[in-house]
Amino acid sequence: MKVAKRTFDAVIVGAGGAGLRAALQLSEAGMKTAVLTKVFPTRSHTVAAQGGVAASLGNSTEDNWHWHMYDTVKGSDWLGDQDAIEFMVKKANEVVVELEHYGMPFDRTDNGKIYQRPFGGHSQNYGQTPVSRSCAAADRTGHAMLHALYQRNVRANTQFFVEWMAMDLIRNADGDVLGVTAMEMETGEVSIFHAKATIFATGGAGRIYYSSTNAFINTGDGVGMAARAGIPLEDMEFWQFHPTGVAGAGVLITEGVRGEGGILRNSSGERFMERYAPNLKDLASRDVVSRAMTTEINEGRGCGSAKDHVLLDITHLSPETINKRLPGIREISIQFAGIDPIKAPIPVVPTCHYQMGGIPTNYKGQVVVPKDGNSNVPIVGFYAAGECACASVHGANRLGTNSLLDLLVFGKAAGETVVSDFQSGQLKLQPLPEDAADVSLARIARLESQTGGEDVHEVRLEMQRVMQKHAGVFRFADVLKEGVTKIMEVAERAKRTQIKDKSRVWNTARTEALELDNLIEVAKATMVSAEARKESRGAHVRDDAIDCAETPNGRDDVNWLKHTLWYSQGNRLDYKPVNLQPMSADVEPIALAKRTY
Amino acid sequence: MTINRGRVRWQCRRALLELDLVFARFLERHFDHLSDDQLADLDDLLIVEDHDLWAMINGSQPVADDRWKEMVDLLRAG
Repeated sequence: MKVAKRTFDAVIVGAGGAGLRAALQLSEAGMKTAVLTKVFPTRSHTVAAQGGVAASLGNSTEDNWHWHMYDTVKGSDWLGDQDAIEFMVKKANEVVVELEHYGMPFDRTDNGKIYQRPFGGHSQNYGQTPVSRSCAAADRTGHAMLHALYQRNVRANTQFFVEWMAMDLIRNADGDVLGVTAMEMETGEVSIFHAKATIFATGGAGRIYYSSTNAFINTGDGVGMAARAGIPLEDMEFWQFHPTGVAGAGVLITEGVRGEGGILRNSSGERFMERYAPNLKDLASRDVVSRAMTTEINEGRGCGSAKDHVLLDITHLSPETINKRLPGIREISIQFAGIDPIKAPIPVVPTCHYQMGGIPTNYKGQVVVPKDGNSNVPIVGFYAAGECACASVHGANRLGTNSLLDLLVFGKAAGETVVSDFQSGQLKLQPLPEDAADVSLARIARLESQTGGEDVHEVRLEMQRVMQKHAGVFRFADVLKEGVTKIMEVAERAKRTQIKDKSRVWNTARTEALELDNLIEVAKATMVSAEARKESRGAHVRDDAIDCAETPNGRDDVNWLKHTLWYSQGNRLDYKPVNLQPMSADVEPIALAKRTY
Repeated sequence: MTINRGRVRWQCRRALLELDLVFARFLERHFDHLSDDQLADLDDLLIVEDHDLWAMINGSQPVADDRWKEMVDLLRAG
């Protein structure tokens, strides 16, 4: 079969915040840049980000990057790489001010500076007092950011391929990356995008869980593509669970509800957070609240007929307060829980929210893999940024407002690295292998010819149930072990998916089958990595990890202060050291300590 | 001009989970029964930004164009 070929200096997969920021760097440097995206750029999931973007501008309270670095390392439970974290927090002011110049409508102080508000986990003076570090545009920060970046890209002549589904990475015999194959949804045709540089900015894979705050597009396409192409995935056992997703639906109820006085209650109406976090109570950090809720449910104090959720109570607040201070929450609760929160409490559960792991990169956005005894050797021609990448700045737990910062800083960094390699002549258009599109064509052909196969929706649902039950916030050795067996069974079923509609044009069933191929890679990586890690750290708790002086909060630095690398080929694990050394001499390493708030 | 149903179906994939859930229900119950005129109205509505679309569906903002009202009602009712 003849496959059309398009040639660019660079191809970027994904048009959310990271992809658009990287594209801008390239297009403004005059590189011929293609951006492939499943949906229109301003409908990327970055739109959902409300909280803001962290930067130590110090406009509202005194602040500096040293404090931001400390908070981020501590938040990561010391699994974050300190060189990448130093790089990110130092670049924060620059990327935020840049965005301001692109026309981003940040909220302002009375004297015209960017207004900053406090957010959980961010502090002054190394954990002493809360700091106002988050720069926001009302409750539409992500939306405003995407629009500003998109307009700027249009001006810079970035070429968008909208409603194209990237399928597979193209590598040569040396392992260098030469581009991707992609399917145009309008025609169903597969094309080759041949490029000197390929940047993945495809976002996370939050849809591997049954209960997820993520939009349906978050199917981990880049992560799955990388895994199938032989690139290991880093720290995939680390997922952030937001404490308050609406039970059954997943829709996020913002932390602001508890900030305004919302109280979590168990089946007997008890305000149980008083037992787990006597000082901060319902306002403790995301992982602490999620763990407490899961404990209540596991110990039989959950609510509802299945005792599978707890209640978020704001009935003591006046209707005026709810309508004025918490707009949107009432509508969400009525629509998705069938409950008016003025009259009755909202059923909530810890819900998958953010993927801390991903495609391993360094702080320059280069994808790095172990080779010849070196843990971090860049792959020629391959870069990644945003939620699909693991730099690693979030380590075992991400701080709110650090995700928008991550995608701006590392989107730009990946772009700068590509531009510099391009201008120095280091990046070359290498000859395509004869079989460059064969893997993708075979995947399409299998879907066309599969008989007696599995239903895509059923397999996806089973994957989501297995992940939810076996790899949630609270983890048990035997449950994880069983989870590995089960997810491998689901993966076998995913190899035999069948679609009824075989049409080529706008066949969403086929697109969903291709997405499932990506999701299942992420699900396997998560389960296998989680089963192996015999400690509690950051976002998850192992039941068998003991809290004592040697292993504070069950965190075992002697044996587990290391990054996981999972390979799809052979379903095997490897590990690499955490970089505890900052990038420069400007700062001392943040020494290991017990994480308490 | 004939509107491709497959394209419209795909464009019901949105940036916000709130909308995905509403559209999932809509696709299951109503989409296949839409007339060509209704499909054209839906196609037009899908151009609206996600936060505004959600606000119209949950009733916190008025429906900005009379032409969208029938589709918004269907989305809202489930």
